[in-house]
Amino acid sequence: MADSSKEPLISLRGVTKRYGEGTAAFQALKGIDLDIMAGDFVAVMGPSGSGKSTVMNILGCLDTPTTGSFLFKGVRVEGLDRDQRSLLRRRYLGFVFQGFNLLARTTALENVELPLVYRGENSKTRHDMAMAALTKVGLAEWHDHTPAELSGGQQQRVAIARAIVTHPDVLLADEPTGNLDSERSVEIMELLTELNQVSGITVLMVTHEAEMASFARTVVRFKDGLVEDIETGRQLRAELT
Amino acid sequence: MLWTSVILSMREIRRHLMRSILTVLGLVIGVFAVVTMVTLGDAASRSVQSQISSLGSNLLTVLPAQSAGRGGGGQLAQPFKIEDVDAIRGQIGGVTDVAPQVQTTVTAIRNAANWSVTVNGTTDEYFKGQGWALATGRLFTPPEEQAGKSVCIIGDTVKTNLYADVDDPVGTTLRLGAVSCEVIGLLTKRGQSGIGGDQDNTVVMPYRAVQRRFTGNRNVQFIMVAVDPRFDSGPIQDSISKLMRERRNIRAGKNDDFSILDTKQISTALGNVTGTLTAAVAGIAAISLLVGGIGIMNIMLVSVTERTREIGIRLAIGAVAREVLLQFLVEAVVLSAMGGAIGLVLAFVACVLLAIPLKFQFVFEPQINLMAFAISALIGVVFGYFPARRAASLDPIDALRHE
Repeated sequence: MADSSKEPLISLRGVTKRYGEGTAAFQALKGIDLDIMAGDFVAVMGPSGSGKSTVMNILGCLDTPTTGSFLFKGVRVEGLDRDQRSLLRRRYLGFVFQGFNLLARTTALENVELPLVYRGENSKTRHDMAMAALTKVGLAEWHDHTPAELSGGQQQRVAIARAIVTHPDVLLADEPTGNLDSERSVEIMELLTELNQVSGITVLMVTHEAEMASFARTVVRFKDGLVEDIETGRQLRAELT
Repeated sequence: MLWTSVILSMREIRRHLMRSILTVLGLVIGVFAVVTMVTLGDAASRSVQSQISSLGSNLLTVLPAQSAGRGGGGQLAQPFKIEDVDAIRGQIGGVTDVAPQVQTTVTAIRNAANWSVTVNGTTDEYFKGQGWALATGRLFTPPEEQAGKSVCIIGDTVKTNLYADVDDPVGTTLRLGAVSCEVIGLLTKRGQSGIGGDQDNTVVMPYRAVQRRFTGNRNVQFIMVAVDPRFDSGPIQDSISKLMRERRNIRAGKNDDFSILDTKQISTALGNVTGTLTAAVAGIAAISLLVGGIGIMNIMLVSVTERTREIGIRLAIGAVAREVLLQFLVEAVVLSAMGGAIGLVLAFVACVLLAIPLKFQFVFEPQINLMAFAISALIGVVFGYFPARRAASLDPIDALRHE
């Protein structure tokens, strides 16, 4: 048996996903093999309909593969039920969405505290951990503002704080810069890079912008439900310049 | 987990204050209506009961029956005589006081004022049996009763209407139609009787005086029998009935030509009537409680649709379906419990305030308050459950995409 640190954190083997039945059926994934090592920063790229969002939903344990196996930390995820997957997300995963998805009329602090509420932390711990996460994204002094009082970039930072407040193993970001201008986008990417390098969080990000993908260490390109190509971020940066 | 849900739902309620207020309004009104109606209804029942019992407790009234007369109009059966009164007193055990009653209505005149009163011819036992005390003056003496002397004891209403200028009417002379009588006593105030009529609008005279001077015969209209409180009135009623059948020569198989009223029975019957009315009104009020519950369900359903994305977020960051269900359920229960509590407080205030103009005594009734509150909480659980189940069963991906 090889050294456990060499075992991939996430391992997909022959994963397929079909939506619908009969003639209306749509094969979103046609057999994916993918290994992601702990501590990696992976960008998933591809045009619409290439299956990149589907694979992110499966990796985020929001959806299950039709066939194939999905190992997370050596545990088979495809057999878990709804609630078990919820608990897995609660314990190991953090989510950042394109539309921020913060609770309206709720302060930044309360938004960040939310995952801790579900983990059953007491209010003191919740407050301290949430403030620490907000400090990490540079928004400590904005903690009592509601999303309506924050700019898009700030809202995405709050969302990142909410994702990392539980110290997850994996941060999943679905088009995190999709709603932001290029300057804000770069700031968010720098924040994700820092979380990856300093805090050691594995980052999985879906994007269609090559410029954002170039921040990643590994870039996976999807096309028509298959992995088309895997390259390093450095290679992508070289191509861009 | 429950505590978490309570915290989350309290936050939600606070965040959507207006929506929450509108939601509970239905239940507030429902609980308020039910509790107020039942409390007022019970107070009305109680007041009827107490008026009935003011007629005297454990009193039997023996009166001739109205026979189903041939050719229409009912004829009164053979009237009683004073011998019947003596027979009951002498032969029936367990009775304390037996008094004949001869009544008529006349116009009483004093100075320039006149006033229509009921003249009641009886004996001293009447006052004892009724438990009716004198305010001033004295009762009849045996010679006065024997001779049918023209002396009278007047009720409070008569004093109010004819003796406004005098503190103590005792010793004055009162004209009753063509008869004048000496006032020897004043009765204490008794109030309205439950079955209509002012009991205080009376002039009491020895029965012989009334027979001789007003009715012109020796009939006794009815007989008041006071039962010893240690005895059950049922068997006594039966023995009076047997005695009267004997004295009136009613053959076996024939119906009684008299009847015996028990004030207790009247009071029970009237209590039943007011109880039924209370139940009917409470039933109508309960419908408003139900409508309030449907309001809660409605708001919760709208809320689930409105908050689909929020539910998606909660599921994505690791909430289990159970927790989302519990959160919505707790929200519904907290809202309906608050609505119930506010309704109870308003009902309490309304009953206390209404007690003054409606002249009844406010009594806090724990059962109905508890019941209304429990029902409102139950409505919250039932009508909150279905929307909550819908919320929890949403697919997180679909919920997140919902705009």
